[in-house]
Amino acid sequence: MGDLLTNFLSGPVPVDAYLGLSLIMFFAGVYGFLSRKSLLMILISIELMLNAADINFVVFNRYLYPGHLEGFYFTLFTIAIAACETAVAIAIIINIYRNLSSVEVGNLDQMKN
Amino acid sequence: MQYTLLILLLPLLSFIILGLVDNKWSPKVAGTIGTVVLGIITALSYYAAWEYFTMHQVAGVYEKVIPFNVEWLRFTELLHINLGILLDPISVMMLVVITTVSFMVNIYSLGYMVNEKGFERYYAFLSLFTFSMLGLVIATNIFQMYIFWELVGVSSYLLIGFYYTKPSAVAAAKKAFIVTRFADLFFLIGILILSFYTKTFDFGLLTSGDPKVFAGAAGATFMGFSVLSWAMAGIFIGGAGKSAMFPLQIWLPDAMEGPTPVSALIHAATMVVAGVFLVARLFPVYITYTPEVLHGIAYVGAFTSLFAAVIACVQTDIKRVLAFSTISQIGFMMVALGVSGYGEHEGLGYMASMFHLFTHAMFKALLFLGAGSVIHAVHSNEMNHMGGLRKYMPITNWTFLIACLAIAGIPPFSGFFSKDEILSACYEYSPYMGVTMTFIAGLTAFYMFRLYFNIFWGKEHKHEHTPHESPFAMAFPLIFLATVTVFAGWIPFGHFVTSDRANYDIHLDMTVASISVIVAVVSILLAMVMYRKESEAPKKLAVTFSGLHKAASHRFYIDEVYLFITKKIIFNNISRPLAWFDRHIIDATMDGFANTTQWVSVKIKGFQSGQVQQYAYVFLLGTLVITLLVLFI
Repeated sequence: MGDLLTNFLSGPVPVDAYLGLSLIMFFAGVYGFLSRKSLLMILISIELMLNAADINFVVFNRYLYPGHLEGFYFTLFTIAIAACETAVAIAIIINIYRNLSSVEVGNLDQMKN
Repeated sequence: MQYTLLILLLPLLSFIILGLVDNKWSPKVAGTIGTVVLGIITALSYYAAWEYFTMHQVAGVYEKVIPFNVEWLRFTELLHINLGILLDPISVMMLVVITTVSFMVNIYSLGYMVNEKGFERYYAFLSLFTFSMLGLVIATNIFQMYIFWELVGVSSYLLIGFYYTKPSAVAAAKKAFIVTRFADLFFLIGILILSFYTKTFDFGLLTSGDPKVFAGAAGATFMGFSVLSWAMAGIFIGGAGKSAMFPLQIWLPDAMEGPTPVSALIHAATMVVAGVFLVARLFPVYITYTPEVLHGIAYVGAFTSLFAAVIACVQTDIKRVLAFSTISQIGFMMVALGVSGYGEHEGLGYMASMFHLFTHAMFKALLFLGAGSVIHAVHSNEMNHMGGLRKYMPITNWTFLIACLAIAGIPPFSGFFSKDEILSACYEYSPYMGVTMTFIAGLTAFYMFRLYFNIFWGKEHKHEHTPHESPFAMAFPLIFLATVTVFAGWIPFGHFVTSDRANYDIHLDMTVASISVIVAVVSILLAMVMYRKESEAPKKLAVTFSGLHKAASHRFYIDEVYLFITKKIIFNNISRPLAWFDRHIIDATMDGFANTTQWVSVKIKGFQSGQVQQYAYVFLLGTLVITLLVLFI
């Protein structure tokens, strides 16, 4: 038990820890996407999922191809695109709010029937 | 002789125009168009007949002329259907008969049908009928004949049901159509068997006498008879349906529900002889390969003739009497074909049959038109509403009398000559047949004069208004047909139509002729005694032979037998189970599909909620399931 704890604290961070973190983030995002009713919260959940994917990129690049930079650059791209996407999404949400005075997904059923 | 195509196309054109225009033009215009078109094709037919009989004789034998023939439908190399025009003595003779009677009926209808609702429709149907009938007689192959055969059936149906607001007319039209259609089923089967073994539909090949054509059928038998016999019997059944031979005669008396000129045209002169024409057309096949079927035809014809003549003696509706007399006379023609041989003198029956067809068409059309004239005057079909009409309707009286004398076989009227030839042929076949037919000829004379005396003599019935002679449009056809009836007997018919298309001189057999004239005169005198003045004799006779009288008035219960068979046996044992099967098995299966689909769709309707989160949830579940499957299986 002591050994394990010593190794854990003194050694490099194991890859499992990174992957565990991104797994938790991703499913937290999924859970938020499915259960939240507010469009803003859904948007935040999507960001969470994207960031979990970003972490995976970085980690796998670091462990599988040390010395290469593709994963890092890819992550930067993703962040940029996520920013754009968020901007567009928020614009849409604001428009919805102006029209319906609400950002609850349950109310968005004008296209039905 | 390309112009013969016009004879066929003009009535079709007139039908299309009149049918499309319907009541947008005045009845006068429609009637004029119909009649003028008929006039033109009548003239063309006469010209065609003149040209054919004068110019197309090679070494004493009339050749077959095919001025027009196109391939209409091609299925395979062997199976193709042509449409064309075949001119030979019988088809040219039929052209003349059909156009003449049809033209007369068209003129007559101008007077008879005036003020009827649907006058234009009537003329359109008349044109359609004329077209189909002409197409039937000039058919070059048996399939073309079948097509026009059905067209004739349809136009007959339409014309019988002309007064479509009258339930009895609708029922009669249906009955005529169903009975003839039932017979046509056998016709079709016959055609299929025949063409399967001979590999051809063409009349030219079938009747050429070339044994190679029938080589395929050699030795093929079915239930003791050769397949050819079955085929030819089937074809005859088709003809028997149209020609109202026993036991398929039930539709013809009911068909009298149609307008009287229609009865004259279709149910006396033209359509009902289609069966006779069919047998005559295929006569070489019958006589060479299936003589037993030909004997059958003779017996069926003789029995029908006797049967119908007996019924005609007791009917009281004048059109029904004429209808049964028609059946009886067609029986005569069938008998003549049945007893005929092939060749010069042997083919006497064939010639006699065609001769009788020709003369009968004229005088029977005259009788029907005369009856129509009487009905027009007294507004009733019943004999006992008439009587003493000779004073009021001289033209009708005289023309009717001429027709009655002709059908009774009194010289020098046309019926005498043709009937005499038939009787001679019958005596040559077998004395029994001859005696039977002579007896029927006597019956014919009796019931025709019973009809005549009841209408024009006898006790005068009180009329609501005084009966009057018919207008000129109706009187002219009567006079014209009466003239033909007087003189047609002198036509040297053997020079035109014979079984081998060669010349044949008709000889009057004096013994047969004198016997038949004596029988006819005696019958007429008998009718005169019984019906000229009111007497008790008919009633007494009816009481003495009450069983026979009652049975004959009910047409020997044949209709009841049919009703019993169809309603009690076929409907109950076949149709109802079939209907049940249809409703509960076939329909239920289809309904089951529909119901299941609907049930499923109601159940899964909720899936399409439009909620993206729900979709994402399902998507996620699906991904998980697939992941698990990939991992563990």
